[in-house]
Amino acid sequence: METKPDLNIDRSVGDFHYDVDYEFDAGTGLTEKTIDYISDVKEDPDWIREFRKDALRKFNSMPMPTHWASHDLENIVFDNIRYYLSQGTQPKRSWDDVPEDVKRTFERLGIPEQERKFLAGVEAQFDSEAAYSNIKAAVGEQGVIFVGSTEGLQKHPEIFKKWFGKVIPTGDNKFSALNSAVFSGGSFIYIPPGVKVKHPLQAYFRINAENFGQFERTLIIADEGSEVMYMEGCTAPKFETSTLHSAVVELVALKGAKIQYITVQNWSANVFNLVTKRGLAHEEAEIKWIDCNIGSRLTMKYPGVIMKGRKARGEVISIALAGDGQHQDTGAKMVHAADETTSNIVSKSISIGKGRSTYRGLVQIGRHLKGCKNNTECDALLINTDSRTDTYPAITVRGKENACQHEASVSKISAEQIFYMQQRGISEAAAMSLAVNGFVNDLVQQFPMEYSVELKRLIDLEMEGSVG
Amino acid sequence: MSLKIENLSANIGDRQILKGLNLEVPKGQVHAIMGKNGSGKSTLAKVMAGHPDYEVTGGSVTLDGLNLFEMQEPDQRARAGLFVAFQYPMEIPGVTIANFIRAALQARLPEGEELDAVEYYEHLYKKMDALKIDRKFTSRAVNEGFSGGEKKRCEVLQMAMLNPVYAVLDETDSGLDIDALRIVSDGVNAMRSPERGFLVITHYQRLLDYIVPDVVHVMVDGRIVMSGDKNLAHKLEAQGYDWVEKEILATA
Ligand SMILES: Nc1ncnc2c1ncn2[C@@H]1O[C@H](COP(=O)(O)OP(=O)(O)OP(=O)(O)O)[C@@H](O)[C@H]1O
Ligand SMILES: [Mg+2]
Repeated sequence: METKPDLNIDRSVGDFHYDVDYEFDAGTGLTEKTIDYISDVKEDPDWIREFRKDALRKFNSMPMPTHWASHDLENIVFDNIRYYLSQGTQPKRSWDDVPEDVKRTFERLGIPEQERKFLAGVEAQFDSEAAYSNIKAAVGEQGVIFVGSTEGLQKHPEIFKKWFGKVIPTGDNKFSALNSAVFSGGSFIYIPPGVKVKHPLQAYFRINAENFGQFERTLIIADEGSEVMYMEGCTAPKFETSTLHSAVVELVALKGAKIQYITVQNWSANVFNLVTKRGLAHEEAEIKWIDCNIGSRLTMKYPGVIMKGRKARGEVISIALAGDGQHQDTGAKMVHAADETTSNIVSKSISIGKGRSTYRGLVQIGRHLKGCKNNTECDALLINTDSRTDTYPAITVRGKENACQHEASVSKISAEQIFYMQQRGISEAAAMSLAVNGFVNDLVQQFPMEYSVELKRLIDLEMEGSVG
Repeated sequence: MSLKIENLSANIGDRQILKGLNLEVPKGQVHAIMGKNGSGKSTLAKVMAGHPDYEVTGGSVTLDGLNLFEMQEPDQRARAGLFVAFQYPMEIPGVTIANFIRAALQARLPEGEELDAVEYYEHLYKKMDALKIDRKFTSRAVNEGFSGGEKKRCEVLQMAMLNPVYAVLDETDSGLDIDALRIVSDGVNAMRSPERGFLVITHYQRLLDYIVPDVVHVMVDGRIVMSGDKNLAHKLEAQGYDWVEKEILATA
């Protein structure tokens, strides 16, 4: 029986958790033993076990990037984190087979319902492993592979091995090294040449346990001329202690392929969200990241595209909302490595109260290249005077035959403006929602309908929460 | 039934601006307030609306017997029927006029009820046409880049859409061209009704030729010091405020 959620839950849809018996638990702290435990449970092939151990060494030897990033990173106590928790490594193909407490969680988050309505496939990860993974029969018959990372590396090694860790090398940064050491869950997707998947594939990442770290690893390969849209959502309950989410996502778009990757995250305010996302676009391929970051204590995420083939296209559209006590440190990375490549970055950040937003952009265009274009637009909205926003664009354009355009704006909603809106009968929270939704509206219109509705709802909830 | 202000005192920071102000606008009437720059007219409007910068130090304001100061939030007061057309309307970037007014109307509906979008636009266009506001304005951000006169017209549009019980118009005539003054006045006059009261703050008697007031008040240094009929406005226009101050001194 579904119990009626108490009223507090409305504040943040994801703020609830159930006590779950974990069959597999790697304990707290991170040593080689932890890795052996994970590799044993997952029955990793030897090369993966070695890959993990090599990554652990890199992780241990790399310093925290606090020379440029937030010192809040120093508050992560790696020894107190649990690196692997699961009820088994095999996801169920039917919701009926998913353990009751886990199923209840996803039902409450509306996942099975969305799947029925508009998705081509769903993977639902609960702590370290997917509890459910399924793809519509018609999509599977086209040769589309949509499985977890473990199944991907075990059953499709010929594709997996070729691209895994190639877009984002282990030592790219300290957190990609951490993920490489202990990764579990996430999706492995392969779209055969010419296949255009009509409906989105979705993954949902749920953290349920306290003092836990979630390290999913996603690899998407779109073969020549294929198209796919992948959407991810994530939530965690609000714990007193901090939770770590550190994913690595690699995309490969072969010649003429299109990948759209959409994230709507709604982490609770205790989550450190440190994610590395990058795509490799071959000739005439297109990779588009749509990234909506709501919640978390500190998010550091700079989705990137390496445009490796002629006429490749990269795009990052991001919305970050930093409420009181939150820091959204986001941005984009565009590496132009072939002629006539084009990239577009649109970043909108909203800071409320003591919330803080940082934009870091990196655009590189090689000296020998011709006909490359980048457009960067970076807008900030500050609600109330304490808010803070920083912009660090780094643009390196070499060669005369390339063009870069950069625009930035800061707008403010003051107490005076909120008062004006309130005088018309609109509550403080609704006034803030109105301002925020207005600010992001032109971007949201590009999102699939279901996600724009979801985003608007999350913004409303966040505003209600921030008024308190 | 009235908008009743009794012995109202209010500060901004350490400075007292309203100093025991008394004024009553019975429902169905139009009252005007005139007074020198800095006498506290806009302060009165903002204090009633619940502006967070002002501290009420004494007195009360009631709306048909409803204590305004028992309502903490400005939006509660607005929904109780108070509307203020501001002297300096705020610009709200990113929020279109259509969405803004719609949200304001939606806020007045019971929970779970949705505003009918088609009816809403019909209604909005009708009011815009009457105020000769180009329909293209619906998709512009509230007051952003508006001319002074356009802002004032937009305030009156909001008033016409929200149907307040008591409306305070703070220098809504300032910045209007001659035609606009006529249009806006017609708009206000069309809303005059036994069910509504107006408090019109102005510096110019000319407005009161269009919106003929039942009572004219003179405000000096945070207080209403004199009240009369519309002829008082004529006298002020002709002679300024010096005689008022002398007369108060004489009677004090
Ligand atoms: N934030 C503030 N800090 C200090 N003084 C203020 C502040 N706001 C208003 N005042 C002062 O309060 C007094 C009354 O201002 P108010 O705006 O109410 O005058 P007014 O009668 O509306 O004048 P006007 O005819 O010029 O519009 C003025 O002397 C003004 O300088
Ligand atoms: Mg004034």
